[in-house]
Amino acid sequence: MEKIVLPDIENFDQLSVYIEHDGFTAAKKAFEKTPDDIIDIVKKSGLRGRGGAAFSAGLKWSFMPKTTDKPKYLCVNGDESEPGSFKDRQIFEFNPHQLIEGILITCYAIGAKVSYIYIRGEYHKWVKLMQKALDDAYEKGYVGEKMKGTFGTDFYCDIYIHKGAGAYICGEESSLMNSLEGQRGYPRIKPPFPAQNGLWGCPTTINNVETIANIPKIIEKGWEWFAAIGESKHPGTILYGVSGHVNKPGVYELPSGTLITDIIYNYAGGVPGNKKILCVIPGGSSMPPLRGDQLDGIKMDAESLKSVGSAIGTAGIMVMDEDTDLVKVLARITKFYHHESCGQCTPCREGTGWMEKVLNRIVQGNGSTSDLDLLISIANNIEGNTICALGEAAAWPVRFTINRFRDYFEERVNKQITLPVMNKVHAMRDTSFPIADITK
Amino acid sequence: MNFKFTEENLDRINQEIKKYPVKKPAVMAALYIGQEQNGYISNEVIKEIATILELTPEEVYGVVTFYTMYYQKPMGKHHIQVCTNVSCMLRGSYEIWDYVREELGIDNLEVTEDSKFSLEEVECMGSCGTAPMIAVNEDYYENLNTEKVGGILESLRNES
Repeated sequence: MEKIVLPDIENFDQLSVYIEHDGFTAAKKAFEKTPDDIIDIVKKSGLRGRGGAAFSAGLKWSFMPKTTDKPKYLCVNGDESEPGSFKDRQIFEFNPHQLIEGILITCYAIGAKVSYIYIRGEYHKWVKLMQKALDDAYEKGYVGEKMKGTFGTDFYCDIYIHKGAGAYICGEESSLMNSLEGQRGYPRIKPPFPAQNGLWGCPTTINNVETIANIPKIIEKGWEWFAAIGESKHPGTILYGVSGHVNKPGVYELPSGTLITDIIYNYAGGVPGNKKILCVIPGGSSMPPLRGDQLDGIKMDAESLKSVGSAIGTAGIMVMDEDTDLVKVLARITKFYHHESCGQCTPCREGTGWMEKVLNRIVQGNGSTSDLDLLISIANNIEGNTICALGEAAAWPVRFTINRFRDYFEERVNKQITLPVMNKVHAMRDTSFPIADITK
Repeated sequence: MNFKFTEENLDRINQEIKKYPVKKPAVMAALYIGQEQNGYISNEVIKEIATILELTPEEVYGVVTFYTMYYQKPMGKHHIQVCTNVSCMLRGSYEIWDYVREELGIDNLEVTEDSKFSLEEVECMGSCGTAPMIAVNEDYYENLNTEKVGGILESLRNES
């Protein structure tokens, strides 16, 4: 199978090697077409965003206004902070020029003159590698004003790197834009959507690094070729990051729709000690987990995972063997979302903290059956009541893990209901839900 | 105590400003540079950056407190960051966390008396496929166990 994003070519990160392998020919080809043609090709290819929401890339581009006197921007999202996701750094390290070429084509298609690559702050090494690649491309005239001469067109664009400073929430597109503007990374209320009102109030498109890195090959080989790879509703290859209890963790580029068992057992080398799998999170820590005994036949693509009650997310597959303490894992996941909640919306800011406290109580062996229902109730009250999707990201793991592993969690809590220490004032109120409920 | 950027660092900040249509976005890079020069983000650093970028000190302060990678107190020469998120946790990162805490005798966000080491429990660093990991300042160390971490700490101790 041919690899699109991470081909097995030595020193492919070097500009000279990239050019030897027909680098930047796709950009040349693209500049001979009209921007609308490019958007049309990407739409037809069926390319869907690789950052979590799996939204059609071509459709997203088509939202950009055609007639506007404002400058337009492209943001490339390399914040990559979802636990279990570690694919973008491979692109920065091993194929930066294909990313650059993808940015050129995208900028041309949406009419942007400036693009920012937002890279998370912890990726010092990868910021440097990407900057080096950019500097090389600038020098050889593949980016910036010199492009006009290289490609023989009127179009040119600049690419800059913006380094984050350690905030998971900045991977959310509107938060990313606030962070890029030099503010606290608070998500914005939508609408208006970025295509109308993005960076500095101008039309902006935000795409994931992996999405953009796919573009050059689609232009080079045609949308028919791309659409035929993997599952038709979510075509192309996906960078599956496998971590946790497997013999060979790592990033594997495979067609969409590859069986999850195939990835875990054949590519990632199976589970150490041939243990059984208890639980698999298929798309990074915020996605609903799958039971280890129900993995047979599950395909790894957006639609197939949706049909089994999960989602592709960033395709970060976390494998847990039968000896894993799932309660501890869930407590750790919730601690993460509590830490990363930006604090704008009360349900998320407070709810994630409550969930963490209750889960820690269960970890210590002091939980009761009612705690499980309490957790689900908190999760339900976060979901849908927040500005951004971090609410869902925090609520889903809790709700789905408890629902799908109810037997497991029941064993870890006391069946007998223990009353929490009663706050007298609070208990007198009509709304004192947890205590009033328990005493019935 | 006044804080002034060195000529070279001022140049770097001006380079950053050029990337954007307005000055404000350079605040994140300026804070990194200020932290590098001063060791941590003091109020003076904040004021100086605010002056350069034509912002209020409050705006800069808001940015400092939102992100986890700006430190408002001096950290150790070697800032040890241990990831304890799920993928690392499944492969034994809490053993490493406990080991480092014991070895250094400090807890989360504390600094050793000789200012050589500081410690921080960090969230996912994107090393899930090479877990568990620690980062020392800007460098990642991956595929670890307590023995290897012991070796890393030892070599850092011996460094002059």
